[in-house]
Amino acid sequence: MTANVAAQHDTSANRSKEAYSPYAPPSGRVVEVIQLKTSKTPHRGAWVQELERVRDKRDKAAFADLFQHFAPRVKSFLMKSGASDSLAEESAQEAMAIVWQKAHLFDPSRASVSTWIFTIARNRKIDALRKQNRPEPEDLAWGPEAEPDQEDVLALQQETTKLAQALAELPQKQKELIERAYFADLSHSEIAAETGLPLGTIKSRLRLALDRLRHRMK
Amino acid sequence: MTQINHHLSAELLIAYSAGILPEAFNLVVATHISMCDDCRAALAAQDAVGGALLDEVTDVQIADDAFSKTLALIAEQDTKPVKIAPPSKGVLPTPLQEYVGGDVDAIRWKSAGMGVQQAILKTSKDAKVRLLRIPAGSAVPDHGHRGTELTLVLQGAFRDETDRFGRGDLEVANEDMEHMPVAEIGEDCICLAATDAPLRFNSMLPRLAQTFLRI
Repeated sequence: MTANVAAQHDTSANRSKEAYSPYAPPSGRVVEVIQLKTSKTPHRGAWVQELERVRDKRDKAAFADLFQHFAPRVKSFLMKSGASDSLAEESAQEAMAIVWQKAHLFDPSRASVSTWIFTIARNRKIDALRKQNRPEPEDLAWGPEAEPDQEDVLALQQETTKLAQALAELPQKQKELIERAYFADLSHSEIAAETGLPLGTIKSRLRLALDRLRHRMK
Repeated sequence: MTQINHHLSAELLIAYSAGILPEAFNLVVATHISMCDDCRAALAAQDAVGGALLDEVTDVQIADDAFSKTLALIAEQDTKPVKIAPPSKGVLPTPLQEYVGGDVDAIRWKSAGMGVQQAILKTSKDAKVRLLRIPAGSAVPDHGHRGTELTLVLQGAFRDETDRFGRGDLEVANEDMEHMPVAEIGEDCICLAATDAPLRFNSMLPRLAQTFLRI
């Protein structure tokens, strides 16, 4: 049985590596060149519209804006997690290509754009840096097809902003602990020992986000 | 669905969200979340912390041709939209079925002694995960733990010194804990158990068997 399972995993791992191989030439297709804008930094909340334009209209200019903001951050996250400059560069490009590919699964009433891209970057980290398969939970039956309620979208944005504020207001030491939990490759027992305190302090804000998400799921 | 009373700890949620758990533990967490909406919401909130950190991170220089290279990757992508697997209708949630190659009837059980059967699933080597089948009314030998053991109930229920664990319940056992899980009468108990260090049995016979059974 184990042999069967192993064979299955190898196939899926190979498939995903082939699909995103950064070394392969662009198979003779002409790649449209979009000039990256340099100084425009839209408000965080605005990224929802950009991602929705990518999702609904396959809009490359909107994708370029997202890329300019998020690609360097994703690369930074991967380097803090221990990737070399070249591996982080390559994986950041792969992560952004996945953003394009999975844009139809983005639901702004369930996650902010930053959160959604974080989960993609996190999965790249497991795949590329740790060379492990990542089992994903089942998705919920209500899926992303139904048009999300605008009130839910707004409420989620507000909770996300509050969470970011709570995080920004933490004393430097506690913030560093949380960053280390996410960015450095600490073992989970080290995290268990170290993160109890900072988590406690943002708990009330986190609970608001939680309550809202839980409400949305009923 | 029955009430789930034992959930993921905050530490497990952070570690799963940060992406630093061994694959074996990730499988237990993903399987529990598939059955538990409370933990699904808690994970979403935890991922939001990761998103907030990503916004705050100092960015680094990316290559001049990064964007055109990314567009080249996109041009190679399969144009069919990525489909999300539908929720499982069987006993085993979808992430676990992917490791087993099917539902309960696809599990290749092997004897683990004393009536208990097991099936080891293939994951990365930093931790191990197995399915256990404990016959209704019988016990797993009394044991302690060197590292962390996660036990998730998929069918039936067991009791130990601490509480009762039914379908969807997750028990987290660490070094301080010694227990002897006993399956409830009525139905065989099937669990998914992950360990990051070998168990410590308190009697000689299971200790000898341990070498052969890779527990």
